[in-house]
Amino acid sequence: MDRIPILRMGEFLLVTIQVDMHDQLAMQLQDDLTRAIDKKGAKGVLIDISALEMVDSFIGRMIADISGMARILDARTVLVGMQPAVAITLVELGLSLPGVATALNVERGMVLLRRLLAESSGDDHFINR
Amino acid sequence: MASTGFLAVALKSRRPEILSQWTEQLERASASAKGRVSAQDLKAQAKDFLDVLVSTSQTQDTTDISAPGWQPVRSFLEDLSRQRVLAGFSSDETAIFIFSLKRPVFEALKKESGKDSEGLSEEMWKATELLDKLGLHTVKTFQLSREEVIGRQQTELLELSTPVVKLWDGILALPMIGTLDSARTQIVMESLLQKIVETESQIAIIDITGVPTVDTLVAQHLLKTVTAIRLMGADCIISGVRPQIAQTIVHLGVDLQGITTKANLADALALALKRNGISFTKH
Repeated sequence: MDRIPILRMGEFLLVTIQVDMHDQLAMQLQDDLTRAIDKKGAKGVLIDISALEMVDSFIGRMIADISGMARILDARTVLVGMQPAVAITLVELGLSLPGVATALNVERGMVLLRRLLAESSGDDHFINR
Repeated sequence: MASTGFLAVALKSRRPEILSQWTEQLERASASAKGRVSAQDLKAQAKDFLDVLVSTSQTQDTTDISAPGWQPVRSFLEDLSRQRVLAGFSSDETAIFIFSLKRPVFEALKKESGKDSEGLSEEMWKATELLDKLGLHTVKTFQLSREEVIGRQQTELLELSTPVVKLWDGILALPMIGTLDSARTQIVMESLLQKIVETESQIAIIDITGVPTVDTLVAQHLLKTVTAIRLMGADCIISGVRPQIAQTIVHLGVDLQGITTKANLADALALALKRNGISFTKH
């Protein structure tokens, strides 16, 4: 069975979703990612969905869930590269993913992730984007 | 069933006189439409149509013009209506083309039938039915062509009214003009999001100065757009909120919390520049 690779970059984890997500794969990713955060003591997770062209409510909720789970494990999640069609679909489905930080591309996502970590280690005022 | 009645016979044998009477009628009727079509063109159209009609009516059943055999006649009329739409004719001016053929045809039938009054009334009825159907078909095509023109204009207007402009490196603006409905919001949203991806802009300003009214539906459309922009990883500022609109939004109980709003585009641009770390000094 294929899996989505989770790459480690320092204290961050990088997940690039390059295949069409199906439910089983999403569950597997949730499992793998939470385990990886725990094992590697990651402080941030960057999920790149620029190659994802279709979402349904399940995948949308899964993305929100991963962010929540990571938060509990003391890691921040940034979602990068969402396609316009995907954004419109999520909005129409009523999934506005509150609390999930987003960025246009991986580079900006990294900057945002670093900033979020710096802020959360300092005062907690600016965490909510 | 091939038509054996003397409508077909009359059409064929008395074609020249029908044509001359018809063109006379047409010329009289088209006096109001002068300039848009020349008498020569009209004559040519009448002649061509009569040719098609005569040849079709020899072999085809005149009671059913939707049959495949009537295709040449139908397409001739469709072309004619389309031309007339483009030339700016009204629907009655277009329909008169067919209806003015009635009198000449009736005259021809009368002469052809001789003393057979029963057969004459039967054939008259057939002719009326045929010409009415052809006339209605012409009007129908006329309207369809009109609607096509209107539809094309609507899409053009839609495209014209939603330009996404780049104000600065990383700052996009969308000046919205006109009422926001679902279809327009969808197009606006798509073009804005696409542009954000293309230009990698971090901030999008939606200016609603040109939006006449904001009701709950419009507010909801705006919220959707803002959420979609946020999901893509960019920020959104709404500018151009007029005092009355601010009042309406609060009265309607629409929650715009979490959305940055500014009274005018200048303020929004200033904020966007500040967020991008750009500052100006006056000399």
